[in-house]
Amino acid sequence: MSGKKHSAPPVYITKRDGLIWYKSWLIRIVAVLLALVLCSVIIIALTGFNPLQVYSAMVRGSFGTSRKLWTMLQNLAMLLCISLAVTPAFKMRFWNIGAEGQVLVGALATAACMFYLGDSLPQPLMIAIMLVSALAAGVVWAFIPAYFKAKWNTNETLFTLMMNYVAIQLVSFFIALWVPSGSGVMGVINQNSRSGWLPSVFGQRYFINIVVVAIVTAAMFIYLKYSKQGYEISVVGESENTARYIGIDVKKVILRTMAISGAVCGLAGFLLVSGTNHTVTTNTAGGMGFTAIMVSWLGKFNAAIMILTSFIIVFLQRGAGEIATKFNLNQSVADILTGIILFFIIGCEFFVNYKINLRHKEGK
Amino acid sequence: MASAAIELRGITKRFGSVVANNNISLFVNKGEILSLLGENGSGKTTLMNMISGIYHPDEGEIFINGSPVAISSPHDAFDYKIGMIHQHFKLVDVFTAAENIVLGLNERGRFDIDKVSSRVAEISAKYGFEIDPRKKIYRMSVSEKQTVEIIKVLYRGADILILDEPTAVLTPQETQKLFAVLRRMRDDGKAIIIITHKLHEVLALSDRVSVLRRGEYVGTLKTADTNEMELTEMMVGRKVSLNISRAEPVDPKDRLVVNNLCVTNRDGVKLLDDVTFTARSGEILGIAGIAGSGQRELLEAIAGLKSVSSGELVYNDFKTGNSENLRNKTPIQIRDLGVRLSFVPEDRLGMGLVGSMDIIDNMMLRSYRRGNGVFVERREPRELADRIIEQLSVVTPSATTPVRRLSGGNVQKVLVGREISSAPTVLMAAYPVRGLDINSSYTIYNLLNEQKARGVAVIFVGEDLDVLLELCDRILVLGGGRVTGIVDARTAKKEQIGLLMTKHGEVEQ
Repeated sequence: MSGKKHSAPPVYITKRDGLIWYKSWLIRIVAVLLALVLCSVIIIALTGFNPLQVYSAMVRGSFGTSRKLWTMLQNLAMLLCISLAVTPAFKMRFWNIGAEGQVLVGALATAACMFYLGDSLPQPLMIAIMLVSALAAGVVWAFIPAYFKAKWNTNETLFTLMMNYVAIQLVSFFIALWVPSGSGVMGVINQNSRSGWLPSVFGQRYFINIVVVAIVTAAMFIYLKYSKQGYEISVVGESENTARYIGIDVKKVILRTMAISGAVCGLAGFLLVSGTNHTVTTNTAGGMGFTAIMVSWLGKFNAAIMILTSFIIVFLQRGAGEIATKFNLNQSVADILTGIILFFIIGCEFFVNYKINLRHKEGK
Repeated sequence: MASAAIELRGITKRFGSVVANNNISLFVNKGEILSLLGENGSGKTTLMNMISGIYHPDEGEIFINGSPVAISSPHDAFDYKIGMIHQHFKLVDVFTAAENIVLGLNERGRFDIDKVSSRVAEISAKYGFEIDPRKKIYRMSVSEKQTVEIIKVLYRGADILILDEPTAVLTPQETQKLFAVLRRMRDDGKAIIIITHKLHEVLALSDRVSVLRRGEYVGTLKTADTNEMELTEMMVGRKVSLNISRAEPVDPKDRLVVNNLCVTNRDGVKLLDDVTFTARSGEILGIAGIAGSGQRELLEAIAGLKSVSSGELVYNDFKTGNSENLRNKTPIQIRDLGVRLSFVPEDRLGMGLVGSMDIIDNMMLRSYRRGNGVFVERREPRELADRIIEQLSVVTPSATTPVRRLSGGNVQKVLVGREISSAPTVLMAAYPVRGLDINSSYTIYNLLNEQKARGVAVIFVGEDLDVLLELCDRILVLGGGRVTGIVDARTAKKEQIGLLMTKHGEVEQ
């Protein structure tokens, strides 16, 4: 026998068979509490502030005033909308990293309608034209990589990612075209006529955005879970071989699903311009196209759970902004705190799915 | 007394609530071949994986040459001179035999093909292997690949060899060669464990045999003192009839006529070459052949999943009297022609079913398109799922359990159950009993016989020649994509089929 002597590792990991729901939620709550404790230590060490005050400021960032509450809901709606858009694609195992670009071209199409049509049309017709253009733009932007994937099996991850940069350049080009001064900044479009602006309802300018996204959420939930097309998406995503075996036209499903994904992105672009900013910049999507990927995965592609996951992200973002201004902190400190909390929330899923066992020492 | 080369004492391994191995003790001496016998799922592979460092036992001890050891990784196992030859080869296709043999060895100095080759030649000469060290793996036959795997562990100086179902992929002739090699290694003082569930191999090869049943240790016998009946009893716990029932075909008529079928792959290589045969109603047509002889392509071409380059697939509809050519029709087009074709593919979870979906959603795979509505209808699939669970006694917590969590036999029952639920006229089944225990296998044989009695044309692709000979009416043998013979299963001899399997090209009349 060779000389080396090996000993067994002290712990080993086994997969859980399935945890009762309250236990898994207990793990998640404990994770958040631990994150808050760790954050407190860091707050005291770095800034000397009272952590409880910092946390309460964080909560006030989302719930402090009714204005803040509505802004939070608006941010939540936008992030959720884009997350819903990428979900069918991800469920199909089509890595759509291009939501950012698909939202941007939707926004650009909306802004173009507002810019060129001005107040020449009645408001309902105007809005309808803008909406259709935005959806069409999003569909085209998503359809191109889908077509290449279906036809020549190109890598959709790279393709959709590159399409983002094309979209950004397109926006830059049109802003340069539309703004003669060369400042590169597009002002608010139709400031006076408010043509193409979504109206305020009950005195809330974001009301329509939020209602539209609520409807999209319910529709997406039902589409994925109960429709024949949703079922086909699941089958293609889980096993293309099985899909072929039962006669699903895989190429058709890829094209159709990406068209839906792009359309919802286009809708988000429309809401961002017509209902929120009334202008377009290269930063209109603001990275939400990427954050949406995380929201969708964390929500396990379930539209209902994604409401919660997008809320967590938005709540942390708003809270970080609030404490940065309130305590006059460097934005990086706020980002460190949100990073820690997110790390714990995501990391605890390991303990929900796996169990760590101690190896019992045999008695000597 | 000299201590055993390797000894297990009281080994227990659990996966969640499942006990895969319960308190198992056995040993192998130097210069001895031990067969580890048991049905599928009896815990043989789990036990061997603990010896080779892939799992760690929850309880119990392993002794090598009399001293206790802990084997926590395959690397540890290698240090203890344990070599495992897995059922699925772990070789790099684009590398040569020599490169694969030294892969991961971490030897000092440059890779010296001549030095490696001469050592490989030395090992080959000693035990009677035939291998070209410079040949690339992807150009090798299954048997050659297995040889590379065995030389790989010998090259590393293994004294204890574990072979997991080594004959599953071999022809009878290749099996004989392998056995000769194993006997020479035994005579050289190696300790060899061979995992199998083929009784005649146990009797032909091993010195002693240890039997496992459902994770429990049943006992160890000297091979010379036992026989097939006794071992079968130990293995399955009670007497099972070895006879598969076979009824005479009722009113056989030509249902599916395949004429000069050719299928080529992207590189223009012929996967099926001029295949001609007829599948008759009320008859089970067996298809035999070494793995990869075109069985898969044949079934997929019939099912409309593989494009056909020439030839025809004629389906005779007895009701209308029409004949339809199914060549290059999609599965949907075939169904729309009124052809009720069912297909149990070889890859159950990768093709026939969706592993992460529950039984109900898997029932829907064939039927979800029904109706004009936008939404799927889950009531009928749920009833079908419940019916299959009850009639085929599928062991599952519920109909909403993902099929991936079921055992192999139950997965297969779900798949076969779904495929025969549509009252097919042609039923194709590829390796439907692979990985199944004896009881589940018989359930499947009975289901196929039932379909035959109903006048279905059954096409059964199998690997176990004994089963093919007992179950089928006729057997078509494929060799290298060609039909090398069609024999009457009632009169054919096993050796005859074995010979046809190894033939490539020339047609036996």
